[in-house]
Amino acid sequence: MALLEISGVSKNFGAVSAVDRVSLSVEQGELFALLGPSGCGKTTLLRLIAGFERPDRGRIAIDGGDVTDVPPYRRPVNMMFQSYALFPHLDVVGNVAFGLKQEGMARGRREARVAEMLALVQMSDYARRRPHELSGGQKQRVALARALAKMPKLLLLDEPLAALDRKLREETRLELIGIQERVGTSFVFVTHDQEEALGMASRIAVMDKGRVAQIGSAAEIYERPRSRFVADFVGAVNLFDGVLAAGFNAVALKVPGLEAPIALLAEAELPEGGEAALAVRPEKLRLSPGRPEGIAIAATVEGINYQGGVSVVHLVAASGHALKAQMASAAATSFERGMPVWASWDPADGVVLAR
Amino acid sequence: MSAWGWRRWLLIGPPFLWLAVFFLLPLGVVAAISLTQAADAIPPYTPLLTHGPNGLELQASLANYREIANGDLRAYGNSLVFAGVATVLCLLVGYPIAFAIARAPKAWRNPLLFLVILPFWTSLLIRVYAWIAILQPTGLLNRALAALGLINSPILLIYNDFSVVLGLVYGYLPFMILPLYGSLSQLDENLVEAAADLGARPARVFFAVVLPLSVPGIIAGALLVFIPAIGEFVIPDLLGGPGTLMVGKVLWQQFFDNVDWPSAAAIAMVMVAMLTAPLLLAQRFVERPHSSRMGANET
Amino acid sequence: MSRRITAFRAAALTLGFGFLYLPIALLVAYSFNASRLVAVWGGWSLHWYGALAGDDKFKDAALNSLKIGVMAASLALVLGTCAGFVIERFTRFRGRLVFSFMLMAPLVVPEVILGLSLLLLFVASQAWLGWPPGRGIMTVTIAHATFGSCFVAVLVRAQLAGFDRILEEAALDLGARPLSVLWRVTLPGIRPALVSGWLLAFTLSLDDLVVASFVSGPSATTLPMAVYSSVRIGVTPEINALATVFLGAVIVLVALAFSLIARQERRRLAAG
Repeated sequence: MALLEISGVSKNFGAVSAVDRVSLSVEQGELFALLGPSGCGKTTLLRLIAGFERPDRGRIAIDGGDVTDVPPYRRPVNMMFQSYALFPHLDVVGNVAFGLKQEGMARGRREARVAEMLALVQMSDYARRRPHELSGGQKQRVALARALAKMPKLLLLDEPLAALDRKLREETRLELIGIQERVGTSFVFVTHDQEEALGMASRIAVMDKGRVAQIGSAAEIYERPRSRFVADFVGAVNLFDGVLAAGFNAVALKVPGLEAPIALLAEAELPEGGEAALAVRPEKLRLSPGRPEGIAIAATVEGINYQGGVSVVHLVAASGHALKAQMASAAATSFERGMPVWASWDPADGVVLAR
Repeated sequence: MSAWGWRRWLLIGPPFLWLAVFFLLPLGVVAAISLTQAADAIPPYTPLLTHGPNGLELQASLANYREIANGDLRAYGNSLVFAGVATVLCLLVGYPIAFAIARAPKAWRNPLLFLVILPFWTSLLIRVYAWIAILQPTGLLNRALAALGLINSPILLIYNDFSVVLGLVYGYLPFMILPLYGSLSQLDENLVEAAADLGARPARVFFAVVLPLSVPGIIAGALLVFIPAIGEFVIPDLLGGPGTLMVGKVLWQQFFDNVDWPSAAAIAMVMVAMLTAPLLLAQRFVERPHSSRMGANET
Repeated sequence: MSRRITAFRAAALTLGFGFLYLPIALLVAYSFNASRLVAVWGGWSLHWYGALAGDDKFKDAALNSLKIGVMAASLALVLGTCAGFVIERFTRFRGRLVFSFMLMAPLVVPEVILGLSLLLLFVASQAWLGWPPGRGIMTVTIAHATFGSCFVAVLVRAQLAGFDRILEEAALDLGARPLSVLWRVTLPGIRPALVSGWLLAFTLSLDDLVVASFVSGPSATTLPMAVYSSVRIGVTPEINALATVFLGAVIVLVALAFSLIARQERRRLAAG
């Protein structure tokens, strides 16, 4: 049985549908990400799991028990808030011990647990500091220790890394994964940063306008997006919108502006005449001065965006499509602005997205 | 917060009941007793309900109200005029002060505000009393004017309209400054600068931008001065004379000097009627619509 | 329009504060006057302070006022804190409109109305229910707690509006029940409002003449009532001395409270 089972949950604020018929389940020990742009409902979903909001429809079960009508203070989940929400009038120990005191845990055990938690997040030396005497990274550790102290079955993290600066964020990401493996608790975290989700999560739910657009592992989400929205939101992508047409011995996509239809490796049955899009990741796009075999689009180099180890070459196709190709920076030096090139890709790298 | 459930009544209950019993209910009692007559009894009024041949009988009479209507209405007029004039003067005196504080360097603002509030924490009675020593014929102001050669014999500065209005302005000025400061300090500096940048001269910036945006503060301050000033007792009692009666003092005299409780109650009801409109206006200010927090959680 | 002191603003502040503080300053100065006559300087003297110390009338009245002030302010703090929390947090409940009216009106309704209406209530209730047994310290305390709680509610509400509700959610999430959250997180977070609210209710009670005159009995003369009865007779330098002592005590108390609040506020800002 799944640890967290969300079935058909909806939540409206007035006329706005924040969460719309969401169903998903999280297994024991998972590091699960809710990924989406701002306003997609991911934070509301997290607050529904925590119990700060009641769903208008649907049920939420944790570890087999229905918690839909259980108030937050009786749910076996804890949350790490984006702003950390440390109590300013309590020191680090007071903050970490807060939930244990509510449980009525005996003093001796409580102190041992607090010490253990502070050791886990390497904050033992700051036990008597008040929140205003801590740096952002230290506050984040205390917030994590506080949320883990009660040994919840499920830990919720609201944009856990958003308040940290970039360098600290990378370190903390690895640390969070390490801590999660050590304590074995399931984590559900909310993020708008696809890099964060791809780099940390065992599974990801991509959300769009209150609904789950796709659930899968990082690789599935990135390599096999199931909708135009997912392909576009997770990572950079070149998209060709067109109409499906019968090809030579497979289905092809007729894209306005391109002289020949693009032949597709049709995995699923696609209705002829339907609208569809083809997604090709920039790193899958190959550029060559001469026309290669197979699919190829004539384009002109618009500019080269150097990003350190890799560079992104921006192109404008004769059809008017703006394209991006990513390659090692050394390879990108052979192109320059205004140069005519041919863009091509392996048909297996193109992902067909029904509209 | 949904987590509260029925527990919210644990918090609503005590203050609600307290205020209902000790604020709302007493107003009802005043209304009831205003319909009785003074009597040489304990308590000194005729009962509103008596046992008659037909059971309980209501002995209500509007005699007290008729008496007020047919009597000297100057005190009521005075109250409205004095409170109105004092409100306008408080605004004229308080606005520059509030403006200067709101535009003072940040480190100065709290100490200055503290100086405005401080008199509010000290006894009004004592502060009004201090004015007697200044205004009386042998007082400091007359002596100072005489020493400067501006007057030959003491002029009458106290126990007249002037001293009562002066006392009202003095006593209620902080109530005007605080809400004015509140709205002036929230004024976006960029708006003022934008107006100046668009070529408006300081006076025009003030009348076109600053003044309209501080209207909520002006209304709040005016209500905080006008409503209580109408019924003020200490100031007209200590600084006023027989010709500067205000309704609060008339009520006091009816109650304490004439021991006519029903008549005092009727005066109180007339005052409540006079204050209904400004009170309802004040209520709208307090009960400003709450902005919904919906969607604020989403990041 | 910059943040600085121009000549106009300096003049506004000087004249304004002069108007507010000159009478008080004169009062204090003349409390040290050896002469009996106001406005005639007869040299420095502590004579009037001696006379004040020997005056039992004022001492008893001051004691009554202190008792009433402490009790009324404490009661007002409890009631006003509940009320401020309710009006800020429970945006919809049956009776909210009546509730907010009852919280606002005592702030502005003339004192003579508050005093008279409460007295008539006490008298009627004594006749019907036998309670209160008489008028005195208790009835004045009730009256002062009533309007005091409305002032406390204003301060509590204002600070609650700026209080980070995420902290309350965090406490709920950690297993604290709503009342426990209020006690252990919200109230510590709005401590400045609680301190200044209590002080305000206390000084309002200490200052009140009109309401106390109505609802008090012969056994419980408060300080303002005693001051008023001697002021009516005429200006006496003893009152100047009393006023000076009173002012000094209030200023020390309030300044202490404010510096405490300012320190906490600085810490809070540093934390944010």
